Amino acid sequence: MSEAVAAEIQTTHIIDLARTGHRLDGRGIDEWRPVTVEPGFVKSADGSAMVHIGDTAVLCGVKLEIGKPFPDTPNAGVLTTNAELIALSSPTFEPGPPQPEAIELSRVVDRSIRAAETIDLTKLCVSPSEKCWTCYVDIHCLDHSGNLIDAAQLAALGALTHSTVPAKRFEVGEHDYPLEVSHFPIECTFVRLGDKIVADPTFEEETAGQGRLTVATDETGHLVAMQKGKVGAFSPDEIIETVERAFRHGDRLRNIVRGA
Amino acid sequence: MGNGHGPRHRGRDRGERPPRSEPKVLVLPGDEIPHRGLQPGFGTYRVGKRVFASVMGYVTWREPFVRIVPFAGRYVPKPHDVIVGIVQDVQKTFYLLDIDASRWAPLHTSGTPWEPGPGELDQYLRIGDAVLVAVENLDATGKIGVTMKGEDLGKLTGGTILTISPAKIPRVIGKGGSMIHTITHLTGTRVAVGQNGRIWVEGTPGGIQRVRDVLRIIEEEGQRPGLTERIEGYLQMTGPTDETGPQAPGDPSADRTEPHRTNEPPPLSFPEQGGGSSRIQIPEQETDEGEEPWET
Amino acid sequence: MGNVGAKEIPRLLTAEGRRIDGRRLDELRPISMKVGPLTRADGSAFVEWGDNKVMAAVYGPREVHPRHLMQTQKAIIQCRYNMAAFSVDERKRPGQDRRSQEISKVITEAFESVVFTEEFPKTSIDIYIEVLQANAGTRCAGLVAASLALADAGIPMADLVASVAVGKVGGRIALDLKKEEDNFGEADMPLALVPQSGRLVLTQMEGHMTRDELREALDLGTKGCREIYERMRQALRDKYDVTSAAPLQEAAA
Repeated sequence: MSEAVAAEIQTTHIIDLARTGHRLDGRGIDEWRPVTVEPGFVKSADGSAMVHIGDTAVLCGVKLEIGKPFPDTPNAGVLTTNAELIALSSPTFEPGPPQPEAIELSRVVDRSIRAAETIDLTKLCVSPSEKCWTCYVDIHCLDHSGNLIDAAQLAALGALTHSTVPAKRFEVGEHDYPLEVSHFPIECTFVRLGDKIVADPTFEEETAGQGRLTVATDETGHLVAMQKGKVGAFSPDEIIETVERAFRHGDRLRNIVRGA
Repeated sequence: MGNGHGPRHRGRDRGERPPRSEPKVLVLPGDEIPHRGLQPGFGTYRVGKRVFASVMGYVTWREPFVRIVPFAGRYVPKPHDVIVGIVQDVQKTFYLLDIDASRWAPLHTSGTPWEPGPGELDQYLRIGDAVLVAVENLDATGKIGVTMKGEDLGKLTGGTILTISPAKIPRVIGKGGSMIHTITHLTGTRVAVGQNGRIWVEGTPGGIQRVRDVLRIIEEEGQRPGLTERIEGYLQMTGPTDETGPQAPGDPSADRTEPHRTNEPPPLSFPEQGGGSSRIQIPEQETDEGEEPWET
Repeated sequence: MGNVGAKEIPRLLTAEGRRIDGRRLDELRPISMKVGPLTRADGSAFVEWGDNKVMAAVYGPREVHPRHLMQTQKAIIQCRYNMAAFSVDERKRPGQDRRSQEISKVITEAFESVVFTEEFPKTSIDIYIEVLQANAGTRCAGLVAASLALADAGIPMADLVASVAVGKVGGRIALDLKKEEDNFGEADMPLALVPQSGRLVLTQMEGHMTRDELREALDLGTKGCREIYERMRQALRDKYDVTSAAPLQEAAA
């Protein structure tokens, strides 16, 4: 369902405002909206987390099932990330198969989780080439008020951090046990508004944005994934500066997830 | 108002209002409403001789209609309403405007000051442009005809558009335009109020931001008494009328240096009123509700 | 019903007429409703009912997409009931299966009976129901959430639609089945009621019932719907915090 195009004077105003160091909701250029992580939201999942960043709401559920390892990785389990930009969450989303925006979201979240080796996949192997755990990370966007990538990634990490491996239910062990999470990558997204690069963009700011940059960092001080999106460009210096900001925000957000 | 005070005559002075002592009556869809002999109006429906609410809101009994002031819902166009539209599509002989109603509204070239040839319409308005237009006609199929011909109507340049629920617009305007005058005066802004809940505002970034704050107060607290005093208090507390914007300490770039798109002439003239001015239709009588009842 | 291969059929009803979770036969599961939790939708509601968690959103009336669905005399209602992959014990593949499509259709038709679609020709009213956690009765919870979301969006309608399932467990007619009762009971009958007219706008049934049991089930289901209806009305009032408003009776002239 195509939502109405925003007025050009509205997007111009957002950029004008950013030039003076201000934003529509009164935040500073580098300021985030309030972030909450609520683990265990869905009992039917093996792990779940509801994440709010301001009005943006994303729910992630993790399900573990017994499957077969891929032939090229006989000693590893399988991790699959899927994001649904369901039509409930925004007037711009349509029902139906995932559109490129949803696929990009899935892949950007997946990349940070995978590259950071969040889950040691060899530990999900039950019997080489025969049996392994398949870990499904399903992301359900409920309210798209901007910065879905970060909300989705936080929800995925939050859900994994609080997941249980249902070994008893699948009759591959005596007891269920907590899923081991080895690393804690955090994605931080920024958009360019004129000469400013603002953190945690709202929907209106994303619409006005002239380039988006997502940076994933882990707790060991490494950069683990990046994605530049939307029409627009960044200079190398801007990227380096934005990565520094991502490290700072990453530490703070990581504590929210781990403390949840 | 109502039966307790005897019959109302329709010819009474417009400024005089019945007493406001009657408490507000909330209804939900499906509630039966005592109709007091009035016809079913907006937000109601009739089954035999009984009248029921079809939306959530407050009931008003005012001849000749019993109607509901809804808490939610899209803008319902009424003839002569001045509204803010955003161009969504440019066709051969008309523009399609989003006006936050249930449908887009066509603006035909005959309703504009321009006479473009076929396919030349985008020389005047493009997708994403904002315009101040008036509702001209509504037909039974739900088509909403709008025009740009009329005093103060035209393309909106510079500034921005803020939004509020259409039901709150009478509050934004206030009695005889008092509220909007207070707002523009104390924020140094110019505004055009659209009955569809879109308000065009031009001024310093700080002034616009304060108008936004005021609209939020009206949206959230519009039902409670003493609104004007609270808004005045807020605006006087938050700063003078001549400030240039929300300045970051020591940020010289806070002054706006870029002009608006200068290739376009200012479309409209604004009557100056003190520190600010407004381009609105002042209703003939101050109301809590929209004026034209809308038959269901 | 008839869950083939189940290891053990649980005891659904005690001699004292208590159910698997201790409820009486005519007792609802705990239910809570929140109106307007979503900011982008025109109207929304979140319903937690027993172990169900269901979110609904309404958009519109708005321009119809795809345009060929447009009707010149009225708005179309497009309802989409969907289950999140993690909402059930065994992960559900994302997307609409046949069950979801059927439920979407009967819910759409239930709302077409009450929404004044003729007031908005050539438009679409889109209802999205997302089941986030499922434990029997999701279509009823979805209908309740969607009904609240419609009211929250200000869409004109004759009445709120209330919904609950009745069924037969341990040989007795019972209100609001939970998962074990749905799986191992003898019958399940979801209903949706327009309280003001007393008519049912959704009726489905599966299992075995006698005619007398049907009569009893319809009575119990209607009563349950009216109980749900009162909760829905309270949830709407709560959103607007309208404690100062007068009750309707006092306004009677």
